[in-house]
Amino acid sequence: MNGFAAFQRDFAAALFADMPSFAPASHPAFAVYRNTVMRACLDALEANFPAVACLVGRDWFRSAAAIHVASSPPRDARLAMYGESFADFLAGFEPAGSLPYLADVARLDRLYVECLHAEDVPTLGADRLAALGPGALARTCLRPHPATRWFSSAMPSRTIWEASRRGEAVHADLSWQPEQALVLRTPHGVHVQPAGPLEIDLLEACAAGATLGEATLAAATTYPDARIDLTLSGLLRSGAFATP
Amino acid sequence: MRGPLAAGIGFKPQHIDDALRCTSPGLWFEVHPENYFGGGPLPAMLDALAERHPVSLHGVSLSLASAAPPDANHLRRLRRLVDRVNPVLVSEHLAWSSWGGAYLPDLLPFPRTHEALAHVVENVQRSQDVLGRALSLENPSHYLPVDGHDWSETDFLAELVRRTGCGLLLDINNVYVSAHNLAVDARAYLAAFPLRAVTEIHLAGHAVDDGLEGGLLVDSHDSPVAEPVWELYRHALALAGACPTLIERDGHVPAFDELHAECRRAATLLGERRMAA
Repeated sequence: MNGFAAFQRDFAAALFADMPSFAPASHPAFAVYRNTVMRACLDALEANFPAVACLVGRDWFRSAAAIHVASSPPRDARLAMYGESFADFLAGFEPAGSLPYLADVARLDRLYVECLHAEDVPTLGADRLAALGPGALARTCLRPHPATRWFSSAMPSRTIWEASRRGEAVHADLSWQPEQALVLRTPHGVHVQPAGPLEIDLLEACAAGATLGEATLAAATTYPDARIDLTLSGLLRSGAFATP
Repeated sequence: MRGPLAAGIGFKPQHIDDALRCTSPGLWFEVHPENYFGGGPLPAMLDALAERHPVSLHGVSLSLASAAPPDANHLRRLRRLVDRVNPVLVSEHLAWSSWGGAYLPDLLPFPRTHEALAHVVENVQRSQDVLGRALSLENPSHYLPVDGHDWSETDFLAELVRRTGCGLLLDINNVYVSAHNLAVDARAYLAAFPLRAVTEIHLAGHAVDDGLEGGLLVDSHDSPVAEPVWELYRHALALAGACPTLIERDGHVPAFDELHAECRRAATLLGERRMAA
C-alpha cells in the first residue's frame, strides 16, 4: 500500500477507534473530524427513522445509533438512504428487548425511505389491462412499481408506526394483532395505507415473476372467499404497478 | 435569456415557494446533487427550480483527493443529473470522504504529496470525462496540521488546474477558518491563490469551538457570514474581480428572507466591484 492510501486507511480507522500510532489522531482538533462524521451519520439515521426516534426518545436513539454507525458506517454517499441494516441491528440489540415491535417499526421507516427515493417510472393504469382479452390478461406479468413496498408484521407495528410518525402516543385500546401495510408513492410523497394479507401475497407473487393467472389462482386457493378482482383493481388504482 | 450570475443561495427544499417567486437580478441557487440522485418529489422540485433560476451542482462526496478512483455509479448518477438540470456550474472539493467502501461524511485532509497530486489529477480527469465538462474544486477547511506536504495548497491547486483544466471554487470562509486554525495569513493565502481559475466564491458562517486553546474555528455553515469573512471577501473581490458568489447555510436554516438579505449584500459588493473594473 502506498503512502497516500495508508494515510487514508489509518485516518478512516481513527475516526471510529483509538489509533495511538496515527499521529494526526492525537491532535486535539482531530475530534472535529470524529464529531462531524458521527453527527452526520446520526442526523441521517434520525431523519430516516423518525418513528423509532419518537418511540425511544432522542438520547436513547442517538446512543444506540452510534453503536450501529461505528460497526456499519454508510456505504453510500446518499445519506438520505443510510440505514439499510438498522432494523436488523435493532432486532438484535439487547437493550431494545422490551420493545419487541421496534425493529418492525424501523422496517416501515426504512420502506418509507426506499419508496420516497425510488426511481421515477410511469404507473400502470387499469385501462391498459382492460384492453387485453381474458387469455392475454391471465398470461400478463405485472411489475410492482420500483417505489412500491409492502410490509407485514406479527404485531400492530403499522398502527404504532403511524402514531409515532405523528409524534403521538399509541391509543390505549390498541388491538394486539398482525398488521400489513402498502407503501406507495404519490406525486406529493409517500402514502402508507393499511393492507391485508391478500394484497401482500398478490404483490409478492407478481414481484417473483408469476403471471396474473398464476398469482390469482394461488390467491383464490388461499383466500377462497376474497374478491380478488376488487383487490387487484384497488392496487392498480393506487399506482402499485409500473408500466411494462 | 438569463443575465450573468451574481449572488446565489444554497437551496433548501423548505424555501421552494420563496425561491420560485424571487426575481432578484442574477440570482442563482446551488444544491448538493447527492440529495437529488433518486426519483420522487425532490428531483421534481429541482426541475421546477432549474426551470426558473440558474442552478449549480455542488458535490460533497465524490472523494476526489483519494488514492482510490471516484465511485463509477456515483459519477453516472451525477452525469444523469447534469443532463437533467443543465447546471451553470459543477463543483466538488479538494478532499476525500470515502475509503474501503465506507462513506465518511466529512471533507477530510491529506498530505499534498507528489503521489497525492497524481491521484487527484487522475480522479479529476476521470470525473470530467464522465461528466463531459469541467469541474471546479473547492479549497477545504483545515483543523490540524498534516505532516509530509510536498506542495503548498495554492501551488497544488494551480498545478491541478494546469494539468486537468479544472476550475476552482474559492471558499472565503474556509480560507478564514483554515488561516486561523493553522496560524497562517489569510491574505497571503489569497495572494498566492490561482485566482484566474476561480469560477465561483462561497461565503458561509463558522462556529467557535472553545474547547481548544486559541478557540478552533469550525466550518459549521450554521450561522450568518461573519464580519471578518465579509472583509476578506471584499479583499478577494479586489484581487480577483467580480465572481458568482454563493451564501451557504446548512444548519439552523432561517427563513428565506434572511438568506436573501445576505445574498443581496454580496450582490451589492459584486456590483460595486463591477463598477470599479
